[in-house]
Parts: sequence; structure tokens; C-alpha cells
Amino acid sequence: MSASLSAPRAQARWRPHSILPGFRPTFIITLIWLGAMVVGPLGVMLWFTAGLGWSGFLAIISQPRVLGDLWVSLWTAFTASALNAVFGLLVAWVLTRYRFPGRRIADAMVDLPFALPTAVAGIALSTLYAPQGWMGALLAPLGLQIAFKPAGIVVAMMFVSLPFIVRTVQPVIDDLEPEQEEAARLMGASALQIFWRVQFPAILPALLTGLTLALARCLGEYGSIIFIAGNKPMVSEILPLLIVSQLDQFDYQGATAIGTLMLAVSFLLLFAINLLQAWVRRRHGG
Amino acid sequence: MAGRFLLIGLALGFLALFLAMPLVVVFSEALSLGLSHYAASIMDPNVGAAIWLTLLIAAISVPANLVFGVIASWCIARFEFAGRNLLITLIDLPFSISPVVAGLLEVLLFGLNGLFGSWLSANNIQIIFAVPGMILATMFVTFPFVAREVIPLAQEQGNDEEEAAATLGASGLQIFWRVSLPKIRWGLLYGVLLCNARAMGEFGAVSVVSGKIFGQTDTMSLAVESLYGSYEIQAAFAVASLLALLAIVTLVLKAALEWRHRDELNAVRRKRTA
Repeated sequence: MSASLSAPRAQARWRPHSILPGFRPTFIITLIWLGAMVVGPLGVMLWFTAGLGWSGFLAIISQPRVLGDLWVSLWTAFTASALNAVFGLLVAWVLTRYRFPGRRIADAMVDLPFALPTAVAGIALSTLYAPQGWMGALLAPLGLQIAFKPAGIVVAMMFVSLPFIVRTVQPVIDDLEPEQEEAARLMGASALQIFWRVQFPAILPALLTGLTLALARCLGEYGSIIFIAGNKPMVSEILPLLIVSQLDQFDYQGATAIGTLMLAVSFLLLFAINLLQAWVRRRHGG
Repeated sequence: MAGRFLLIGLALGFLALFLAMPLVVVFSEALSLGLSHYAASIMDPNVGAAIWLTLLIAAISVPANLVFGVIASWCIARFEFAGRNLLITLIDLPFSISPVVAGLLEVLLFGLNGLFGSWLSANNIQIIFAVPGMILATMFVTFPFVAREVIPLAQEQGNDEEEAAATLGASGLQIFWRVSLPKIRWGLLYGVLLCNARAMGEFGAVSVVSGKIFGQTDTMSLAVESLYGSYEIQAAFAVASLLALLAIVTLVLKAALEWRHRDELNAVRRKRTA
């Protein structure tokens, strides 16, 4: 009682105004823990990279194998995310707008890639899409080989990143206003026109958020990919695998420089997509 | 109407082909040589050691992240201060970092040539290529899981009940145990569930810092890799089937939580897409 009835005491400068206790200790613990677990280790990697010097860093990351693998990582991640934007939107749309038997099971299934360990996904996909596998045998007569080819990387990336798209888009589809749809229909718009002109612009910002998350996951993914990719340098080898092989050869400088490169690339991408998103929001007044 | 059925068919077909089939393959390959082979693969003492190590890693990293999530959510969601959003961004950071880089970070800190390498080796402490490094790497990749579920939930729920309790003279700990914890418990459980699935299944980060000695520093995921690599395909899938069961249990519990506590958990999703 006394605390609430007494006149408000002068607060320490950095302590926020609230009658709830515990800001200082929880804030300090959060800072220390975050620093020790996340920020500190990342800082150490950047510090080691700085130790290489600018020319040393450039010499490592301009090696053909590094650039080649970076290219493989980038194009497969973009392809997988783009395909997932289409399929993920379809799945989210169907699960949110329609009622049909098995909907809730299908909805729960969407999170499987979150829950299934990546090594399990990796060997399962690799077995499925191998030339003698269920999918592989089906695709072989068409002249399509997925496993042990760059296409395998795309398939594995699509598997792990699908839920990011579906789960970000779903709430927005759920919140679409029926009034707008009705109005468009009364004015004689077809279902397709309503989707493209009215609903898709409203979904687009969320779709871009999902795309960002998917892209980040695809670029960093390791476990599910290494089993199904051919792991041929500059063709079907991803950048994370190159880091692992550098570490296996005790080339810590190489691994550190490539780790920093990956960090820089994913931040640049996230930044670029954030800009794109801001532009889309402004344009559609979202 | 026809269009609707076409869309439903396409979506379900895609999910069946893309998500269900890999799961089916795991069990069909695991049982391909019959039940007795399956049982023998699982009963292998090295596999037993891998299961034990997996449980140990989860038993340390999940509670650690639970405690952190609760503490961080108290300071970030209950108080307003400059830099709050920066803290949230930093907590989310491990999500946009490759698990391999997570493992690399631990090597740079505790490896032989790392920051603390010479001190550790002088004192005969081994972290990298041993279990402590695997725990640290797992803690890094699972760091955001609990915090990012609880913080938005607590933010949306607001502080009214906590402030009322404080006005009535409750101490900080009383407010936490009697008022806040019951409010956030389902979000907390949800975060723990996801955190545990990732902790028990993590591969990339753990693979970098593990000594990869089957029976000693192999988790279940690493055992899957080493069995698969030595062409013991059925045994690899047998271990994989246990992890797949864990995934199925996780999904069922998650769906049940979402069904019963939809409002609380939706708060998290609303916040995230806003």
C-alpha cells in the first residue's frame, strides 16, 4: 500500500516510469545474456574478420569456389522462395477461405518442416528423389533428375521454408474485408479480377515478409540440403557446406571470412526486401 | 464452385506430395527389413547413447531459453524504454543466421585457436568437439524461440492486472507467480514446445562442434548422418523414424494448444504480421 500512496519518487534517469518492480534486474540479465550468447560471439567473428584486413578478406571471398558457391546459394534460395510464394499463397488461401474435410489436419501438416529435424528431411528427400526413389522414378522418364543436382537443393529449400510463407500470409487472408469483395462483385468484377485487383494487393506486404523469412532460412539451411545436393563445388555446393569443409581442413580464416560474407549477404537481402515492402505499403496505402 | 474444388485439390495435392510423402518414406524405409531389424537398429547401444545425449542437450538448452524468455519478456513487455525494438531485433537475430555459422561462432570462441582457446587448453577444459560446445551451439540456434512467443503475448495482454496487484501491495515475485505466469503460460508452453523440437533435432550447428564419435558425441540427428553415410540406410531411417515421431507428437500438441488457446496464441501471430 505504502508504495502506491506515497508521492511518486524521482526515478533514476534510465528507469522507465512504472509502478511494476523488477525492471533493473531483468534488463541487466537480458543484456548480459543476449551479449554473451548472441551479440558477443557475432562480434568476435567480425573482429576476427577485421584481423584479416580488407585485402585478406577480399582475397578469400573472391576465390572462384567461394563466388561460385555464393551464386549457387543465391539462385537456389531465390528460386525456392519464389516457387514457395506461389504454392504457399495457394495453400494459405485454401486453408483459410474454404471449409473441407481434413482441413485441420492439412493445416497442422504445414508446420511439419518446423518440427521435423533437418537431417531426417534430408535423407527422406534424397531417398524420394533419387533415380530409384518414388518421385525420382516418376520423373526419370521425363528426363528430370532432382537428387544430386542443383534442383535437389531447390526442393530441399522449398520443403524447409514453406511454413514461413503460409503462416505469415494466413492471418492477412483471414482479415480480408468481405465488404470490399462484395463491392467489387456488385460492380461486375470476376473472381479473378477481385483477387488481383482487391485481395492480392492487400496480401502482398505479408507475402513479402514471408518471402524474407523464407529466403533467410533457405540461405542458411544446411542439414536438409547436403544429402540431396550433389555437393559439387560451384555447381551444387552451398555456401554453408563450404564453411564446414574449410573448418574440416582447419582453415579458420577462410571459414570466418565466408561466415562474415554470409552474414553480410543476408542482411543486405533483408534490408532490400524491407525497402521493397515499404514501397509496396506506400503504394497500396496498406 | 469448380474453381474452388480445383484450388483445394491443387493445395492438398501439393501438401501430400511435398510434406506427407517424405514422412511416409521415413517409416517405410525404417521398416523395410521388417520389425526385428527395426528393433535391433533402435536397441543398438550407440543409438542409445545418441538418444541420451539428445535428451541431455535438450534438458539443458530448453530450460535455459525458458528462463531467458521469461526474464526478457518481463523487461521488454512490461516496461517502455528506448531501444526496446532493438532488443527484440537482437533476440531474433539467430533466426537469420545459418546454423553452420552458429557452430563456427562457438569454434571461434572456444576452439584451439579461438578467443579462449589457449586458456581453456591450459586448464584442460574441452568445449569444442565435446558436449559443452554442442549445448552452447544448440542454445544459440534456439535462443529466440521462447522469448519471441512470450513477448508479443505479454505486450498485447497489457499490464493492468500486474499494476493492480502492485497497488494492492504484492511483491514482484508474487506478481509474477500469481498474476503474470498464469496469463502467459500457454504462450510459454507453445514456445517451449517449438524450442524443444528444434533443440532435439538441430543438425548443422551441432555437427560443426561435435567430435562426431558415434556413441560418444553423436546426437540422434548426427547418428542419422553417420549411419546414412556408412550405407546403413535402414538403420539411419530407424533413428530418423524416432525423430519423425517426435515431430508428429510436437505437431499434435501444437495443434491442440492452438485449438484450445486460440486467442492467446493468435496474439503472437497478429503482432508478427502487423
